[in-house]
Amino acid sequence: MINLVWLIPLFPLIGFLINGLGRSFLPKGAVGFIGSLTVFLSFAVSLGIFFELNGSVTKSFTIQLFDWIQVGNLSIPFSFQVDPLSSLMLLIVTGIGFLIHVYSIGYMHHDTGFAKFFSYLNLFVFFMLLLVLGSNYVVMFIGWEGVGLCSYLLIGFWFSNPAYASAAKKAFVMNRIGDLGFLIAIFLIFNTFNSVEFAKVFPQAASLTAGSDVITLITILLFVGATGKSAQIPLFTWLPDAMAGPTPVSALIHAATMVTAGIYMIARSNILFTLAPFTLDIIAVVGLATAILAALIAITQTDIKKVLAYSTVSQLGYMFLGLGVGAYTGAFFHVITHAFFKALLFLGAGSVIHAVSNEQDMRSMGGLKSKLPVTFYTMLMGTIAISGLPPFSGFFSKDEILAHAYEHSKLLWLIGVIGAMFTAFYMFRMLFLTFFGKFRGTTEQQAHLHESPASMTFPLIVLAVLSIIGGFIGVPEALHGNHWLAGFLEPVFSASEQRTGASHLDHSTEYILMTVSVIAAVVASFIAYLRYARNNHVPVPDTAERTAFANVSYNKFYIDEIYDALITKPLNILSGFFYRIVDKTFIDGFVNGLGRATAEAGKGLRLLQTGNIGFYIFIMIAGIVALLVYGFYNI
Amino acid sequence: MEILLLIFLPLAGAIIVSLFGKHQQAKTAAFIWSLLSLGFTGYLLDGFDPAAGTQFTVDFPWLLSLGSRFNAGIDGISMLLVLLTNALVPLIILASFSHNYKSPGAFYGLILFMQSGLLLVFTALDAFLFYVGWEIALIPIYFICAIWGGSNRIKVNIKFFIYTFAGSLIMLLGIIYMAQQTPDKTFDLLGFYQLSLSTSEQSWVFLAFFMAFAIKMPIFPFHTWQPDTYTESPTAGTMLLSGIMLKMGTYGAIRWLIPVAPLGFAQWGQTALTLAVIGIVYASLIAFTQKDIKRLVAYSSIAHVGLIAAGIFVWNLQGLQGAMIQMLNHGLNVFGLFFVLDIIIRRLGTRDMDKMGGIAKMAPKFSITFLIILLGTVALPLTNGFIGEFLLLMGLYNYNIWASAIAGLTIILGAVYMLRMYQRIMFGPSADNTLTFADIAGTEKVVLFVVCALILFIGVYPKPLLAISETSTRELIDFVNGKIAGGSPTNY
Repeated sequence: MINLVWLIPLFPLIGFLINGLGRSFLPKGAVGFIGSLTVFLSFAVSLGIFFELNGSVTKSFTIQLFDWIQVGNLSIPFSFQVDPLSSLMLLIVTGIGFLIHVYSIGYMHHDTGFAKFFSYLNLFVFFMLLLVLGSNYVVMFIGWEGVGLCSYLLIGFWFSNPAYASAAKKAFVMNRIGDLGFLIAIFLIFNTFNSVEFAKVFPQAASLTAGSDVITLITILLFVGATGKSAQIPLFTWLPDAMAGPTPVSALIHAATMVTAGIYMIARSNILFTLAPFTLDIIAVVGLATAILAALIAITQTDIKKVLAYSTVSQLGYMFLGLGVGAYTGAFFHVITHAFFKALLFLGAGSVIHAVSNEQDMRSMGGLKSKLPVTFYTMLMGTIAISGLPPFSGFFSKDEILAHAYEHSKLLWLIGVIGAMFTAFYMFRMLFLTFFGKFRGTTEQQAHLHESPASMTFPLIVLAVLSIIGGFIGVPEALHGNHWLAGFLEPVFSASEQRTGASHLDHSTEYILMTVSVIAAVVASFIAYLRYARNNHVPVPDTAERTAFANVSYNKFYIDEIYDALITKPLNILSGFFYRIVDKTFIDGFVNGLGRATAEAGKGLRLLQTGNIGFYIFIMIAGIVALLVYGFYNI
Repeated sequence: MEILLLIFLPLAGAIIVSLFGKHQQAKTAAFIWSLLSLGFTGYLLDGFDPAAGTQFTVDFPWLLSLGSRFNAGIDGISMLLVLLTNALVPLIILASFSHNYKSPGAFYGLILFMQSGLLLVFTALDAFLFYVGWEIALIPIYFICAIWGGSNRIKVNIKFFIYTFAGSLIMLLGIIYMAQQTPDKTFDLLGFYQLSLSTSEQSWVFLAFFMAFAIKMPIFPFHTWQPDTYTESPTAGTMLLSGIMLKMGTYGAIRWLIPVAPLGFAQWGQTALTLAVIGIVYASLIAFTQKDIKRLVAYSSIAHVGLIAAGIFVWNLQGLQGAMIQMLNHGLNVFGLFFVLDIIIRRLGTRDMDKMGGIAKMAPKFSITFLIILLGTVALPLTNGFIGEFLLLMGLYNYNIWASAIAGLTIILGAVYMLRMYQRIMFGPSADNTLTFADIAGTEKVVLFVVCALILFIGVYPKPLLAISETSTRELIDFVNGKIAGGSPTNY
């Protein structure tokens, strides 16, 4: 089965080609079926590979397809690696990918670009699978940039709206800033280890001493790449704008899979990062800062998708915090559980938006609980899971990250818990504003309220179940679990763990930490309940006065405006200066000056220019023939 | 003798096609004739052995009184450029089918005539012959641009002609000087390679050759003729200039500049590299705010060629192999871009992107092919551009991490101006003039599909192309490095 791993990306590629080429004549039913089926087939193969790997003694397989780039000693094969890390990620991408494809059949049903949408979605899955499966940094980079392209295409899916098209461009460009860091890291890796293959780089790295300059530089550059793809400070502002894309896209690409690629890449390269404690500290601080900043923005947003977008940025920040404190398993655990509950929440939001005639502002929602019961209860599960209440999935993964953070520094832990409070608050705020109280939209919208079709509720239910039970793959020893996930991923992280040593926390400390974070989450949810459910508080309209803090938060700390003033505008001014002053006036002026001087001197030659092309061609050919003939006869 | 056939086949075609005079069948005749050249290139490629050095050599006495022989041949480096020339000319001709140029006989005759000159440049192993080819290629393109160009063509083209011609003359001085130093006063390339001139002599020779090549590419700050000329030329002319002709400059740097004056290179190489890298960022930034789409692509071409030049001047295997394959890729991509722009400009009658928008909705096939070409240009993985830029930036990295980082900005800046252009043209609400925008059809479809297929194919499977030139580039690098280190020059 493992030898058939190439089938996994091949199926979605075929789906992309069929739906892409047949988009003008294939019926919608066929398009949706083909698009979903191909991803399901990939899921089936991934499942087979997972079980085979689970039962196998060898935990890492490399399958080479062909030689891709070959120059001198640089040899980059097009090859795949199957190991516990990639195998789990395959299941997430294809499993959740499949559910979201099915959901899209209902959600995109009325859209004229139905086939185009499915072909892009399939293409995305193809590239994401390349990213996951690549056995070297360059194949990973193919997927890395490929998903960026699909993200661009899907954010700008409704491109007639100039704001959406701009959001798409912004996402691509910000990702590319990170990509340059990634690319230079690849060069540095090749120069240091003479290979870009994971299987050759990591064993060599394991024998190096920690803290060397070259490892620090490599890891910082890789992290720069990760900040772009995974929306961390300073490159996070594209992700909220990316909500311009259709909601299934937000669920699949901008919550469950693509944006976690940065965490996946660092977890993959864990030994390099373990050897660079300085970089790990930066990652922890940036991750936590992003988590807090995004949470502070999320608490005042009124667009349901924006709340979820900032929540995603914030949760990704927690994952980076986990990586930074060496909790590689915990970070990846959170990737998995977050994929469940955030995909669920986005799809739920999509179901709501679908029901209220494309309204996204929560100020015009409310009271949807009875009209959309499936959506409500599944989203409730997702909200509990993300808030970190036991025994839902988010509790276990977030707790593992926070426990490691505590071990690393009590301050990191404390700020992390405060952030978790915010999380519980804004998530329940969203839930109450949407589903509780009275409906605040127009009467037209009210007449149209309906629960979504089965193709949309089925994925919600599956994801809700996973959000509830997903945490049981990683129950810690303190709670009498055996943490299956840690055992399964052990071969991937063992070299790092040998260096850092096992966890030192005793069980009583762990109990205290868990209790504190659970209490914090419960208190925050209760405050949200009091304010938005019992007192029916509704956020003020845009025109109303806000407190200074609410204003800054609502306006996203003016970060877009700051970037615009510091980077975009100056570059445009520089562009104009280069063009008009340097190029036209200075350089070209000099050239023209030289030219005029020459022209004056050459006036006499003008007499030869008759303006007749035939004459010129004749002279030219005659000249050549004469030269040839002259040459041959003078031998 | 194959080489003679290769070079003179287009010339014969030029004479035949020019007989068509004012009949539009001239384009069909020219297209068929250019396919002959392409087919013959396939035949040469089939018999070509990448490991065997220079092949298909012809060498017979020619202007002996001058010391020049008709000496030409093909090694891996030449092979790729011959392939580029003979593959792109049929595409360029086919891409011009929608235009009805006046005096098509003369127009297409000049294109084929130019093809001969280009092939001579890429195969000549004698400096005088090389120079003859260099000028033969220049004269037809001057007429193509000056006669069939835009309203401002005369002024722009005189500048282009004088500028590049001045560069050529300086190179001619260098060539004559070199020939005077050889024992038998000949123009033989290998004779030039064998010479061991003093550092100061080589320094001057380097500068003389460099001027010609730097203007042709063009490298910052010798580039100001280029945006005007690209903008004012008829599309076929712009394609010839940007797709093939500028590779005369990069090819010249590889064959006629660095190995001819290795010590001059040791002295000036870093300066040349610096100019090339400055050009990348400088031209990219200017492209940011261009509204004229043709001018925007013209500036982007300066940036892309700057990267190729930088890969040459770092003179290592990754850089040079990257430059080789990127010459091909750039030729293909810039041709595709100018064709796409030609379609737009022909349909809308404007080059101002502010007067466009919403075309993607009207013409889905067009928008996909445009996107693929654009992705090749911004070097997305699995397109041809990525292979080239990856190797080039790696070559730069091996030289200096900062050179790579600054040149690597092209990855970001390129995405900014290209996507901005794509957005303005294709996305947003439709303008009045784009509401009736017809999707691609006929020859447009054929040309764009071929270009896209090649972009993806080279991106996925570049190995055969890389293999063609690897032995030649490696030997040339070793030879030059040996000379710089003061080793024996006889090993080439």
